[in-house]
Amino acid sequence: MAKEYETVIGLEVHVELATKTKIFCGCSTAFGGAPNTQTCPVCTGMPGSLPVLNKKVLVYAVAVGLATNCEITRYCKFDRKNYFYPDNPQNYQISQLYLPICRNGSVTIEAEDGTEKVIGIHEIHMEEDAGKLIHDEWEDCSLVDYNRSGVPLIEIVSKPDMRNAQEVIAYLEKLRMIIQYLGASDCKLQEGSMRADVNLSVREAGKEAFGTRTEMKNLNSFKAITRAIEAEKERQIDLLEAGREVVQETRRWDDVKGESYAMRSKEDAQDYRYFPDPDLVPIVVSDEMLEEIRAGQPEFRTEKMARYREEYGIPDYDIDIITGSKHMADLFEETVVLCKQPKKVSNWLMGETMRLMKEKEMDAQDLRFSPENLAKLIALADSKAINGSVAKEVFEIMFEQDIDPEKYVEEKGLKTVSDEGALRKTIEEVIAANPQSVKDYRNGKEKAVGFLVGQTMKAMKGKADPGMIHQLLKEML
Amino acid sequence: MSLLKMTAAELAAAIKEGRTTAVEAVQETLAQIEEKERLYHAYVTVDKEKALAQAAAVQEKIEKGELTGPLAGVPVAIKDNLCTEGMLTTCSSRILADFIPSYSAEAVLNLQKAGAVIVGKTNMDEFAMGSTTETSAFGVTRNPWNPEHVPGGSSGGSAAAVAAGECFYALGSDTGGSIRQPASFCGVVGMKPTYGTVSRCGLIAYASSLDQIGPLAKDVTDCALILEAVTSHDHKDSTSIERKDTDFAAALREDVKGMKIGIPKDYFKEGLDVEVGEAVLNAARVLEEKGAVVEYFDLSLVDYAVPAYYTIAAAEASSNLERFDGIKYGYRSAGSKGLHDMYKKSRSEGFGEEVRRRIMLGAFVLSSGYYDAYYLKALKVKALIKKAFDEAFEKYDMILSPAAPTMAPKLGESLADPIKMYLGDIYTIAVNLAGLPAISLPCGYCRAGLPVGMQLIGDCFQEKKLIRAAYTYEKAAGTLSARGLFPADRITSVTGKEER
Repeated sequence: MAKEYETVIGLEVHVELATKTKIFCGCSTAFGGAPNTQTCPVCTGMPGSLPVLNKKVLVYAVAVGLATNCEITRYCKFDRKNYFYPDNPQNYQISQLYLPICRNGSVTIEAEDGTEKVIGIHEIHMEEDAGKLIHDEWEDCSLVDYNRSGVPLIEIVSKPDMRNAQEVIAYLEKLRMIIQYLGASDCKLQEGSMRADVNLSVREAGKEAFGTRTEMKNLNSFKAITRAIEAEKERQIDLLEAGREVVQETRRWDDVKGESYAMRSKEDAQDYRYFPDPDLVPIVVSDEMLEEIRAGQPEFRTEKMARYREEYGIPDYDIDIITGSKHMADLFEETVVLCKQPKKVSNWLMGETMRLMKEKEMDAQDLRFSPENLAKLIALADSKAINGSVAKEVFEIMFEQDIDPEKYVEEKGLKTVSDEGALRKTIEEVIAANPQSVKDYRNGKEKAVGFLVGQTMKAMKGKADPGMIHQLLKEML
Repeated sequence: MSLLKMTAAELAAAIKEGRTTAVEAVQETLAQIEEKERLYHAYVTVDKEKALAQAAAVQEKIEKGELTGPLAGVPVAIKDNLCTEGMLTTCSSRILADFIPSYSAEAVLNLQKAGAVIVGKTNMDEFAMGSTTETSAFGVTRNPWNPEHVPGGSSGGSAAAVAAGECFYALGSDTGGSIRQPASFCGVVGMKPTYGTVSRCGLIAYASSLDQIGPLAKDVTDCALILEAVTSHDHKDSTSIERKDTDFAAALREDVKGMKIGIPKDYFKEGLDVEVGEAVLNAARVLEEKGAVVEYFDLSLVDYAVPAYYTIAAAEASSNLERFDGIKYGYRSAGSKGLHDMYKKSRSEGFGEEVRRRIMLGAFVLSSGYYDAYYLKALKVKALIKKAFDEAFEKYDMILSPAAPTMAPKLGESLADPIKMYLGDIYTIAVNLAGLPAISLPCGYCRAGLPVGMQLIGDCFQEKKLIRAAYTYEKAAGTLSARGLFPADRITSVTGKEER
């Protein structure tokens, strides 16, 4: 009979901050530039260059700390983590070990059974990202791109408070939500602006002492994280069941194969020789600064949901979806300000927007259309200047290219023809061309009128109000 | 008067008045370099074309009235650990033997704004690690007062170049005495300002928390003018301080009346050369005659300064020098197999013995299990030293001491015994640990024909007091040259027949 095991999980989450410039120099952090075009003597570790802290990094780190109930370290320092690797131009990484900016925080998640669970945050520290190595097997050489070198990161280290993959995903979603609401990062796992390393161990149920843990790297999606947790749990339990020991090591997840392999064990762990970076002065977080950051915190989701219920009178289901992304919530609120019709805005977001997002496998934060254009579209539909199907057609273009719907409708001549004379003329032609339907209708087949409306719409190339056609048809028949 | 015997201020005045030109000054300097370099080897790099081109450009600006500063048109030498855009910057190390920076150090840019003409880069101990300029990968520099002796270090090339008339002034860097000690060995004035006064941007770091750039000059006046020119608040250096009191030349006044000067009794113990001690005490008497109040006091932490310094400096150096790995620039060993072999070979072959020693020492004191016992303890000693100085400055305006316990040793004497060499930094090191300003200036000339230097140490930001006292002393005692003592003249007699 197999024993019962409990899984214990802690997370180290790296988040790339959304600053315009790097953490210690003025180079751009933009993603995807040609190799080594966003570099300077500082982020390439040239002799004599010195780091100077980008204050925005500190502000973001403190804001995330406040939003996750951390204590803010009022006197903190940067330390050097020394190790040789070519992606690291100075051969030390500027990070924080002794006095990290935030400590002892927590976030609340919903556990599997629907109850609330508090996940502790051990610390949050600021650090610089490394460059990117490209191994060119064809030329048999390695190249390094320092564009990413010096991009600011925060590392959020949780306490070992999670017990299964569901809790891990809930915790990550919660962190992502908070950070996106703060505007501190877009937190995209696929692009690496959010990276999670999973520390996992298993122990016999009821035991107090932790088992030996492993650290899993290269997890690029929630799906990969879930699969890796399940696989690692099984692997460790199998080892223990076979009377063997779990080795403390770092493992790399291969999502294609669905298995992990050991990268390095504790024995070859390096001595990083951490010490305070003498090129950077200690950071003092003043009362004023802390107050300013506190005052600048945005309305987070829970508060927002309550306000939406109060202010907009839209269904809870809509509120849940819309506030699920800061970007969508902003889009919603700004459009409502312009068109004053919360329900209609919500309908566009819940209906067509969600449909297209799903179809294109997009994140809400990648929505490109502006509140102004959505408001214009709603106004066009309201005034019956365009009919419902034209509106959907225009929306699809707007979703892609953020076009101005007024101009678009004008240019493409999509406006509903409201000239009764012209309509009547078309209807007369339709009646003349479809004697069978006319006969059916006169014989009491109500449905036949629908066909005639359709024919008229077709003849009008969609640019008519079906309601109006219906009315005129009945009159004329 | 020969141009070369002028001070920087005198030369700038002569250029301004049209008695000579920046181009002429550079030409004479280059001629002097041509003649003296095979004797002294003060330079790693001399760029004649660039110097002449710069001189012509500067001269034009002076004539147009665009450059009016007190150093405009004066040829300068830059220590080879300060980055100069487009000009070789080697730190006197094989690992950077072909390194040409893409930018200039802030201090260099400041000098160029003041109309300086860079003639070349001076030799130094490799990565500023050493006290004799003998650890340079490109050969030793000799002391212009007696070529059998070292010029001191690590800014030995800068001090020798000024003493030999191969430039009118120079920039050096001082981590544990690297400006003040060679200044004293070569009979010139050298100053290390308060930590944070001169931007370290572009200074290739040895020990970041201790490094400061400063002038090496022919007299106190030049020293004040140069310091004023290089000082700036630089946003590219987090440790740079915004100061309002940087009109250092305003402190060039003969006035020490009522100034309280403390002499640490502990500095005059065993190990101090008798002649050096006498010369410094004579200087104290001169200042007393001018109205200063001189007293002895206890500054007993001296014994701990040297070990604390070598712990902290080595720790920072071990990390600062990690970037020299053969990947991005500098020396890469040929025929290495794989990444780690390349690191090992490039660094083993690229760094000299003293640098390797300090890197290993630094890596050791930072390693897990030893960090608390060595590095943290050294930081505590550093804090205690600062406290001891703070207490002293409650009573005294400044502290007077020797710059070094001996005159310049003979070539080859020091490297054989590194511990002895380290102990030679005893009077200068504590100043860096406490971040204080200090000036070293000639106060005598010993029987062996070598100059002796004294050191005045001030509280943080009290450079002006130091300049005032040094200027008063210099006016009263006279510079070495005012006393008819010129290293170049002496050389002629040494190579011919000993005079005395």
